[in-house]
Amino acid sequence: MAPKHRSSLAERLDAINEFDREPVSENRVQGPGNFIGLYAGEHVAGTEFVIGPLFVAHGVAAGDLLLGLLVGNLVAVLSWAFLCAPIATKTRLNLYWHLRRIAGPNLLFVYNIVNALMFCFLAGSMISVAATAVGIPFDMPMPGLDDLYPSSVAWVVTVLLVGGVVTLLAILGFERIAQFSKIASPWLFLVFLASGVAVLPQLGVESIGDFWSVANESIWTGEPVEGRVRFTFWHVTFFAWFANMAMHIGMADMTILRFARKWQYGFASAFGMYLGHYVAWVASGILVALALQQGGEVAPGPISYLGAGVAGLIAVLLAGWTTANPTIYRAGLAMQTVTPNWKRWKVTLAVGVITTVAALFPALMMRLLDFVALYGLILMPMGAVIFADFWILPKLGLRRHYAERKRLVYSVPAATAWIVTLGVCWLLNVMLGWQIFFLGLPGWFIATGLYVSLSVMQQRSEEPELTPAPNLESS
Amino acid sequence: MNVLWKALSTAALGLTVVPSILVFTGAISWSMHATLMMVGTVAWFATAPLWMEGTRAQRKHSDTHETDF
Repeated sequence: MAPKHRSSLAERLDAINEFDREPVSENRVQGPGNFIGLYAGEHVAGTEFVIGPLFVAHGVAAGDLLLGLLVGNLVAVLSWAFLCAPIATKTRLNLYWHLRRIAGPNLLFVYNIVNALMFCFLAGSMISVAATAVGIPFDMPMPGLDDLYPSSVAWVVTVLLVGGVVTLLAILGFERIAQFSKIASPWLFLVFLASGVAVLPQLGVESIGDFWSVANESIWTGEPVEGRVRFTFWHVTFFAWFANMAMHIGMADMTILRFARKWQYGFASAFGMYLGHYVAWVASGILVALALQQGGEVAPGPISYLGAGVAGLIAVLLAGWTTANPTIYRAGLAMQTVTPNWKRWKVTLAVGVITTVAALFPALMMRLLDFVALYGLILMPMGAVIFADFWILPKLGLRRHYAERKRLVYSVPAATAWIVTLGVCWLLNVMLGWQIFFLGLPGWFIATGLYVSLSVMQQRSEEPELTPAPNLESS
Repeated sequence: MNVLWKALSTAALGLTVVPSILVFTGAISWSMHATLMMVGTVAWFATAPLWMEGTRAQRKHSDTHETDF
């Protein structure tokens, strides 16, 4: 953090040093409350105003939605707790610096570019969401469900303004915005909840007993809109599980959970899953059902206005802004290893520009389910590599962090596992018609198997005298 | 003083969510709900930082484990 006596902006920016490249020291670890607040805040986001409606558009039935979200979110929480958190708390490194030891700097370079771009697109969708709220007072034409490209000059101007402000604020004060986000999150969750409840009478729900029949007949009807695949229980389950695949199975949240005093704090993700990815998705689905019934616009701004008036617009704006901020921060972390000599503010500016340009395309928002699934899938194989390197290689008498030990600029097993896994997943999609939502699970086993078997071949051919590896932290 | 701010913040959250239940039961109109929710929103952001940031500042002084991420 910048010392207080520094006054010029350049000096303050240059003084930013967040110890990203060092393991977190024991005196900087945090208690569970921070993680509960963080997950609850981060997963009650602007994009929840999009995902809930997209489930409606995909024609999921009410029972499939409610049960699928219950199961899928549970498995997501278990993935955070049992896959990501233990490695994060043992290594105390963020994903990027830990992966560097395993994959080598050149492969990390490629991974970080891909990762940073994915984060930029994700933050871009959040800026798009915020723009739909900003545009309402100016009668901006809203993008529709099928819009892929910028639909009006007003949309472009609004997105550029929102993206510019978000980037500027991210440069000037990430920590203040993070703190503001914590303050906003309990209120934001209640806005979602209240919006959904307040419009139920307009959908025909006069008492709690009416809910189930209206839910089936008017909200989650089982009939997709034209051009959308019909979602089943399995779609919902796997989507809920893999919506944050890059974070848990892909290990991106090592960056956060490295600060956890205990690995069990990974269970704090339940607060994000069941508040944000359950209640908020259900509530926003109810809102869009009313919008469709009234023949109105289905973008996040208009539907939030239907539920909560001006407070709903503020919620969409703040939800988009405060959640785009940490995503831009993560993208900045990813870029930092690519541009190690750049100051943080320059990295953030570059990331903000890419993010804002991406936000111009409504496709990112209106095809968010597909994008989120693709994003998790692309980053997942490296999470599998980290898992295998940490837990499986030592049990086979192999060395962890082989690239670092041998000063390799890239790890052949890791690179092969990544590329071949994505190639096989692509083939499964194209040739067998497996939908993208289901590819993550077989992909994880393929990546793990490839990395382990190639590591056996690599290490036994080069070091036949290898003895069982010592504990990672002492090595 | 924190107790007062916390009480006001709690009331603000109440104003955010309770009116929606009253709309559902037919006790108030949707427009009244939207107005009360807006009042709750303003009240929350006016009062919550006063005790949430206060708590954080106190921790910074007393807890060496405090950090940001």
